[in-house]
Amino acid sequence: MAELRSRLQSWEGLLLVILVIVMGLNALAAPGYLTAQNQINLFQLSVEKAIVVLIMTFVIVSGEIDLSVASVMGLAAVVVAWSTSQGVPTEAAIVIALAVGGLCGLVNGFWIAIVGLPSLAVTLAGLIGYRGLARVLIEDRSIGGFPDWFESLGQRPFIGPLPLALVVFAVMAVGATVLLRSSGFGRYVYVLGNNIQAARFSGVRIARLRLAIFTLSGLIAAIAGVLLAARLGAVRGSTAEGFELDIITIVLLGGVSIFGGRGTMSGVILSILLILNLRNGLGLANVTGNTQTGVIGVLLILSVLVPNLVGAARSRFAREEPVVLTSPGMTQVD
Amino acid sequence: MRLLLRHVRPEQLRELTLVLIIIAVAAFFATQIDDFVSARTFTRISTSVAVIAVVAVGQTLVVLTRNIDLSVGSIVGLVAYFAGTMLSNDPTIPAPVIISISIVIGASLGAVNGLLVAYGRVPAIVTTLGTLALYRVALVELSGARTVTTDALPAWMLDLPRVTLLSLGAVDVRPLVVLAVAIAVVFQLGLRYLPFGRRLFAIGSNPDAARVAGFPVQRDIFATFVMSGALAGLAGFMFLARFGNITVTAGQGLELQVVAAVVVGGVNIFGGVGSIIGALLGATLIDLLQQSLIRWLEVSEFLRDAILGLLILLAVASDKVIIGRLRTLWIRERRRSQDSAELSGGVARRG
Repeated sequence: MAELRSRLQSWEGLLLVILVIVMGLNALAAPGYLTAQNQINLFQLSVEKAIVVLIMTFVIVSGEIDLSVASVMGLAAVVVAWSTSQGVPTEAAIVIALAVGGLCGLVNGFWIAIVGLPSLAVTLAGLIGYRGLARVLIEDRSIGGFPDWFESLGQRPFIGPLPLALVVFAVMAVGATVLLRSSGFGRYVYVLGNNIQAARFSGVRIARLRLAIFTLSGLIAAIAGVLLAARLGAVRGSTAEGFELDIITIVLLGGVSIFGGRGTMSGVILSILLILNLRNGLGLANVTGNTQTGVIGVLLILSVLVPNLVGAARSRFAREEPVVLTSPGMTQVD
Repeated sequence: MRLLLRHVRPEQLRELTLVLIIIAVAAFFATQIDDFVSARTFTRISTSVAVIAVVAVGQTLVVLTRNIDLSVGSIVGLVAYFAGTMLSNDPTIPAPVIISISIVIGASLGAVNGLLVAYGRVPAIVTTLGTLALYRVALVELSGARTVTTDALPAWMLDLPRVTLLSLGAVDVRPLVVLAVAIAVVFQLGLRYLPFGRRLFAIGSNPDAARVAGFPVQRDIFATFVMSGALAGLAGFMFLARFGNITVTAGQGLELQVVAAVVVGGVNIFGGVGSIIGALLGATLIDLLQQSLIRWLEVSEFLRDAILGLLILLAVASDKVIIGRLRTLWIRERRRSQDSAELSGGVARRG
């Protein structure tokens, strides 16, 4: 009983309660909302973001940030479409797109891990630069004309009622949870985010770890981008533009600290479900997509502001020194 | 080299290098593009830099304190639309009133950022990523997808970007350009000589030390966000004057241009180092490169963003590798000259 109470008082417990409330309200507003098929359909609309959220959790827990993921998604989608339109078989085009995504991540990782530049600046350059490369390839056209099998991968059920992207997400979610919680790699990611000096002195190969995280981030963003292209059936220069806002919001709302070192995968997965259901609920209430984005923006700020205020109030109540977070703004490399 | 280091600080070397690079780039394109060295090129680049430069001044203040303001593009768009709508509804509103309104709206939006960052302790990247979306959403909702068009604006507004304030030979200087340069100079002087300006460097170099030293860190950070917002508001007015037609996407992506200008201009993204003149030079170099490359290679304008990304990366990398090394050399050189002064019986000066 006591354990259950402390569970519910945690951030994850709070998310669960809000999730149940939001789903309940949605079910009242729209009969048939809770059917499995409807939930699958709703999830499918944002599953690509959800996939990137998983790797972004690793990035942020390690004390860094990757602003370039949405541009890498867009670039991968554009590369698949452009290569196909140039006569490359789509199977090969997918491999090229994933390689390009991994390379983008590797380039980010090189500057951050080897040269030692701040990830904020490097991935901001990536956000602009990779989107620029996509625009150079596609200009202001919209490229479609994929083979049927590719589009049906994105749009038709793959296993049972589940489309491929959902299967990929499910497998990756399990893998990411195990990796972050129970593997040496995951422990290193926490140590790196918590205390870089401690990580260095305990023999963590920091540069290699960072390089791996950012390369994975690029690769997984590319997978998500290819899946997005398959679902949409046509790609533009602006595909996936602005997705980084949703992705980072979901991670932070899941209880991951922007300063690194804290957060759990279960919290992040609850946060994915919450945001998707919230967007759908707002849609049911005839709130436009634009206002939904505004709500996400408010949530992003609140997800950091509320714990801060609660922490400050609690420490004042306990007559302790207030918790002072050093250097608000960004994580310092080195 | 040693002599050079004795008299020039590494940061000043950075600005000097930027000037040389700008001259070299201009000289290169002058040999490649017909009619490059002309009054028209100057006018085109200077007016397009002016808007970016005003926002970059505010961004410099914010970045100096180890923060970042990504919401400026949305503020520029929101203010440009709001001021445009007011003028369309009532063209008799005098210029000073509409400029003041623009600045006040921008400052209040900046104050929201500042409150959250300084007093709510929400990291600047999170806050301004959120308000970047929020302010844009507000614009879309307020406008109902209508646009401001040039023909609804009063005549003085339309003339503003075209009239010539003074002519130096064949070169015309536009009022917007003069305004931008004046703001840059005023803020550069303030940053250098006012206690507030000096505190920004201290906060950015070591926030904890600044707090322990009793500086009003929260108030100062709040003030930088208000100023950044106010300058973005002014830039919104300039944006309206320059383009006339304002849609809901006005100013979208401007924050990236501005952050690029600041970083290329040698303002350290970790705070504590940089100058407004540097940011101004950075903005100029980026615009010069982008506009000239497009004319030279006759490539599509879509290459712009790819160039911008590469420039940011090169600037940050060179900052880390070259300037960092120079600074170590400079400190060593200073110590050595002090030591020799002490040895030769001179008055020992420290600090």
